[in-house]
Amino acid sequence: MNRVTLFSICASGALLLYILEMVRRRKLREEYSILWLAGSVVILVLSINQDWLVGIAHAVGIAYPPSFLFLVGILFILLILIHFSIAISKLHQMNKKMAQEIAMMKEKATGGTSGDPSIGP
Amino acid sequence: MESNPPSVLIVIPAYREERTIGQVVSAIRETFPYDVLVVNDGSPDRTSDVAREAGATVLDLPCNLGIGGAVQTGFLYARDRGYDIVVRIDGDGQHEIGDIPKVLEPLLAGRADAVIGSRFLGETEYRGSIPRIFGIRHFRGLVNLFTGYSVTDPTSGFFAINRRLIDFYADNYPSDYPEVDSYILMHRLGARALEVPVRMYDRTEGKSSITAFRAVYYMVKVTLSFLINRIRRIG
Repeated sequence: MNRVTLFSICASGALLLYILEMVRRRKLREEYSILWLAGSVVILVLSINQDWLVGIAHAVGIAYPPSFLFLVGILFILLILIHFSIAISKLHQMNKKMAQEIAMMKEKATGGTSGDPSIGP
Repeated sequence: MESNPPSVLIVIPAYREERTIGQVVSAIRETFPYDVLVVNDGSPDRTSDVAREAGATVLDLPCNLGIGGAVQTGFLYARDRGYDIVVRIDGDGQHEIGDIPKVLEPLLAGRADAVIGSRFLGETEYRGSIPRIFGIRHFRGLVNLFTGYSVTDPTSGFFAINRRLIDFYADNYPSDYPEVDSYILMHRLGARALEVPVRMYDRTEGKSSITAFRAVYYMVKVTLSFLINRIRRIG
């Protein structure tokens, strides 16, 4: 077992445990942990099962099998980032709706007679 | 209900317009019997108080949503209160209050679902900056190419819409340069849009929110948004 695979096993194993611990402590929502978990499991499995790694790497034309691990890692990072962009867009939409609702409720509550004195210069 | 005259709400989105908003609101209130709603888009200045003192109903957004989000708040309010027509006008004095009947008339006559005031139809005093004129030309080409409307002023923020579009826009309104995007939405809804000539002035106060660099960014963003709205599932 060469050093890069050993490092890869340790790193992906640690990542897996860390993500699980964060979910357990409710610091990370399950929906956002799925891609992280899947990514670390795939890398861990490929690191342990050298034969699979070598087989797949050669099948897609990669001469140095550990490079395939990097590729898988990068692809998962890309997926996770896209997932974040989608999540941010969703939050943006919810935030806008809430701001609009608040503005309308405030107007209803005060009957439009006064502004909020705490806002302003 | 049918015999009553249609209820009209004038919606003015405002951000940092304390120096002009009062005049605009008072002028409308003195000239027309319509309700005026100012949507204050999180201005840190006295925009909200000035508008209220001038006789407008004011909605204070707790944070800055940008022009599309602010205007949409006006549509939400109009739908909530059952207004038949919304006229959207700027709070910086750029639009001529006296032209409000021009954008209302075709709606009241039932000849259109949306009436847009164009600064390029008829004689015009309007002199825009070069990037702005370039942007307007680009969007004009885009709208004319992808919709059936022949549009002269695709970024005009002076328009009136009826109940059908109020209901739709309350749930779906684009963010930046919403007017350009709204053409594709109207096209897909099969709405009847009509341009009428209006007067527009260069801004008397404050600076335009668009600089040359941002103009390029907005052109790319709005073009993308426009093309995606063409293929998006709507309604």
